[in-house]
Amino acid sequence: MLTISTGNNAVAAAVKQANPAVVAAYPITPQTEIVEQIANFVTNGSLKSKYIPVESEHSAMAACIGASITGVRTFTATSSHGLLYMHEMVNWAAGARLPIVMANVNRALGPGWNVWAEHTDSLQARDTGWLQVYVATVQEAYDATLMAFRIAEDRRVYLPVMINLDGFSLSHITQQLEENEIGDFIPPLVLDHAIDTKNPAGYGCMTSSSDYFRIRYDIERSMRDSVGVIRETEEAFSKSFGRSYSWTEDYQTEDAEILILSMGTLGKEAEVAVDILREEGIKAGAMRVRWIRPFPNLNLGDRELVVIDRNYSFGFGGILAASVRAKTGRECYNVIAGIGGQEVTYMDIAGFVRNRRIGEESWFGVDA
Amino acid sequence: MYEIRLHSRGGQGGVTAAKLMALAAFRDGKYATAAPFYGAERRGAPIVSFIRIDDKPIKIYSQIHNPDLVVVLDPSILDLVNVFDGLKPDGKVLINAPEVPEKASGYNVYYVDLTGIALKINLIVAGNPILNTPVIGALAKMGLFSRESAIDAIKEMFSDERNHKAALMAYEELI
Amino acid sequence: MSGTSATEYICKCTSACAGCSSSLILRHVLKAAGPDTVLVVPACCTSVLQGVWPNTAFNIPIYNVAFAAAAAVASGMAAAFESLGKNTNVIAYAGDGGTVDIGIQAISGALERETNFLYICYDNEAYGNTGMQRSGSTPMGARTTTTPGGKTHKKKDLDRIIAAHHLPYMATACSAYPQDLVKKVQKALSIKGPKFMHILAPCPPGWRYDSSQTIEIGKMAVKTGLWAMYEREYDNLTINGPTKAAMIKPTPLEDYFKMQGRFSGLKEEQIRTIRGEMERNLRMLKAEAEGC
Repeated sequence: MLTISTGNNAVAAAVKQANPAVVAAYPITPQTEIVEQIANFVTNGSLKSKYIPVESEHSAMAACIGASITGVRTFTATSSHGLLYMHEMVNWAAGARLPIVMANVNRALGPGWNVWAEHTDSLQARDTGWLQVYVATVQEAYDATLMAFRIAEDRRVYLPVMINLDGFSLSHITQQLEENEIGDFIPPLVLDHAIDTKNPAGYGCMTSSSDYFRIRYDIERSMRDSVGVIRETEEAFSKSFGRSYSWTEDYQTEDAEILILSMGTLGKEAEVAVDILREEGIKAGAMRVRWIRPFPNLNLGDRELVVIDRNYSFGFGGILAASVRAKTGRECYNVIAGIGGQEVTYMDIAGFVRNRRIGEESWFGVDA
Repeated sequence: MYEIRLHSRGGQGGVTAAKLMALAAFRDGKYATAAPFYGAERRGAPIVSFIRIDDKPIKIYSQIHNPDLVVVLDPSILDLVNVFDGLKPDGKVLINAPEVPEKASGYNVYYVDLTGIALKINLIVAGNPILNTPVIGALAKMGLFSRESAIDAIKEMFSDERNHKAALMAYEELI
Repeated sequence: MSGTSATEYICKCTSACAGCSSSLILRHVLKAAGPDTVLVVPACCTSVLQGVWPNTAFNIPIYNVAFAAAAAVASGMAAAFESLGKNTNVIAYAGDGGTVDIGIQAISGALERETNFLYICYDNEAYGNTGMQRSGSTPMGARTTTTPGGKTHKKKDLDRIIAAHHLPYMATACSAYPQDLVKKVQKALSIKGPKFMHILAPCPPGWRYDSSQTIEIGKMAVKTGLWAMYEREYDNLTINGPTKAAMIKPTPLEDYFKMQGRFSGLKEEQIRTIRGEMERNLRMLKAEAEGC
């Protein structure tokens, strides 16, 4: 069914298709439409989930953990401070090997209060063992949510998955959306370690220093195995629904001499910048990084790199640039832009490329 | 690509109007995006929505600085905000008013009394005349999308037939 | 109004909605408290109505904090002022969401530790700032964006939870009774230790009524008996006049529900349950007051 939708409603529509048994959620701007739309579906009977309107985000993740360990599908959504507030339980969910799916609507951190798009919130959770994908269109928000359930629940993974969408810039804008009957694209969840009163076990008990590291290594092994699962799932999705996704979304990169790397909606705006630069004879290409965990092998060649970071790690630098540097050894021109919803247009992005200084970091709006 | 900036007050249905515009353009087979710009939200405060219509996928997410069309749902906004900021030299303006307000003189202004239409047809909710469905009729008359798609879009989002009836009245009464 | 200063601590251009109870309440709270006051404000409508950096609409320091943390932050602040030998009023000012749900852990701790502060919960019975989602303080049957069919659970009895902490002073109040509110704030601030006020804050966009009716609706909430006005000093309960009157001759509940769009579709069984809860509450208050 072809229609129009906002990013938030697209996530809710995908959740309705996935039919989780339990949704626990707490409202926070700009995520609220997700939980409100799910409440509508539950109220009108089109979604048969148990909806728990918890009293805080920490409790939202805690409730999802309690539900998930019984072996049922669960979902929650949050943003920014909500994600930070549940951080302890976010760690717990991955450690407990639970296939929880969560939509995070990327939003800046206070003080001061700022509700607009920035990626620092979810990137701060990059060490938790959650898989993380960043989307840039309403369609992709829907598609990535559907795929997230299948990836998380795969036996080779059993790790929670976070879908990230830009606050307001994507969550609240209307674009076209094709909704599909998903059939058996998401198989029923079978959680091997689910609570079973006939086979009782202790969960998460005291673990000595001689054993704990093995259990943590197991998480890493699954994170590595998730690479294959993600690839398989995206291929299967393409076969079933005709829409293809990969580790990055590449635009005019084949013969590019300069690559613009970014995440989220800036990645689409960068494509418009590429068109403008190409008209000027600059062979630019845009590479929108979708998966942050597991972090992909990027096909960078020997092109010059302009990395736009809509985030920051104080005292260290832009997190995407740092990740690229760590994984590939490649230097780049690191532009910090879009912080707290700062407006970044395709003209600005074209300017970053024209004025690039490889090896340097530049804060858009601060540095000349 | 055609870029429209829509000015309204919080609570007047400007966000829905933007969605309706996107839906109508979409039903015409075009690509469209509608993006409300949220500042400090509260009832009655002036707000802005950005609508883009194109024959190919729209990849721009930033604000519209040079609109082709400015739509003003509440003429009192003219006293608070420079709605004409950045308007293209050959750009058009659509205002909800019974006649061209003084502040809009010198611009290529189209106008229609949406409030009057809403009151006439009793399209009122909680004491407020509904403006976001009638404006779609006026926009169709200006050629943004077909009249048929405009009416289809309204019918898709609203079951009360006064909505598309008001849009048809606005279509006829646009000046 | 007698007994308060003529000084205004809130400037005219806040970004509050027309008919907002919070700005009305705060105006009088600050007049009662005076300039040697700090407000600790978690995420809520009041975070926004202060205005946007670099401006503030308030003439006293306001410390904005994360949603769950108001009472905890206030605890730290109160201890610090004490160590400095200062008598500055520390007032945590939070909505119902930040009190009854996400903030209740911090409050319980602050009260148990006998923190020297005043906690004010202004209750508009929903998460107002994020667009009117339900909170634990939303009454049964009320439509919110996350209870589109009307809330199926009852309103959480915040006051008895607070009372269980045996404070030197707690009170309920309503934005429609400003003189009563001022007296209660002054009384509270004259006492050392933890104090709590729960103030009903009718909200035009949330409760769906015309912004000119805020006072009328607030009065009606009290006159029906639904919102009981009283004070507790440790175990001594005093029921205030308007509630005593409501106990004898209450305005019909239906009159109150009729005025608010959020109660459209309220079912008969729900009205019965609400009435039952209300009568139970008033019975318990009456018995408690008689036992004092």
